Amino acid sequence: MWIYEKKLEYPVRVYSRDLRMAKFLTAQYGGPDSELSASIRYLNQRYTMPTPRTKGLLTDIGTEEMAHWEIVGTMIYRLIQGATPDELERAGLGSHYALHDKALFPADANGVPWTAAYIQAHADPVADLHEDLAAEQKARATYEHLICLTDDPGIKDTLRWLREREVIHFQRFGEALDHVQGYLSSKKVF
Amino acid sequence: MDEKYELLKRIQAVEFAAIELTLFLDTHPDDQAALRDYNRVAQELMELKKEYAAKYGPLMAYGHDSSEDYWKWVEEPWPWEIKYERGQV
Repeated sequence: MWIYEKKLEYPVRVYSRDLRMAKFLTAQYGGPDSELSASIRYLNQRYTMPTPRTKGLLTDIGTEEMAHWEIVGTMIYRLIQGATPDELERAGLGSHYALHDKALFPADANGVPWTAAYIQAHADPVADLHEDLAAEQKARATYEHLICLTDDPGIKDTLRWLREREVIHFQRFGEALDHVQGYLSSKKVF
Repeated sequence: MDEKYELLKRIQAVEFAAIELTLFLDTHPDDQAALRDYNRVAQELMELKKEYAAKYGPLMAYGHDSSEDYWKWVEEPWPWEIKYERGQV
């Protein structure tokens, strides 16, 4: 099971409204390489991992990704707080307002809703871990794009921290892949 | 309010170390130095969380923290509602 902790993993500092940036940040809330995709991908793949440490790693990184999803959601929520329909429309969020008002919704920055088609699972740990390694790099690249799209020091700081987490997860998945390949080559009898 | 958010920030920092060590130990379960660090950080985190829950209400429900006098769990702000002042954290 999971237990909710009433805190963010890392502080979010939003001092002023920025609808333009809120729209861009949805890339990491409901886009293909979003924190949502990451969490569901890892927590779903863990059942068929072959070794204790890969089961543990996918459970723990999948759980941390949920905390990152909450951080991204918090940034978006705070950046659009108090906006009028007219302001939302001028920021390109008129269609979002029509569909969702100021509710958050797992869709990408173009409004395309999140889909499980963004993730895969093969019960093949080499294939699955390669997907996970690629996912971390794509998420890192997305954070770099987002960092380039804002001058706000508070938002930049949280995005830099999230970017660093992708780098660490990539490192750990690489170690897990080495471990799994060693395990598979020791056990295979042709 | 500042004291509460200072303690929360301290918990976030110590828990971050615990998260990092957890992921590291998942792929290096035989690393004795990392294990020692993990156990030290886990102890510190437990004490900080206990202090926070006693002063400001549960960080976790489902029986992990108790709530003195009344049900403080549902009190605002929720994590997404915290408004820091510039330079506060």
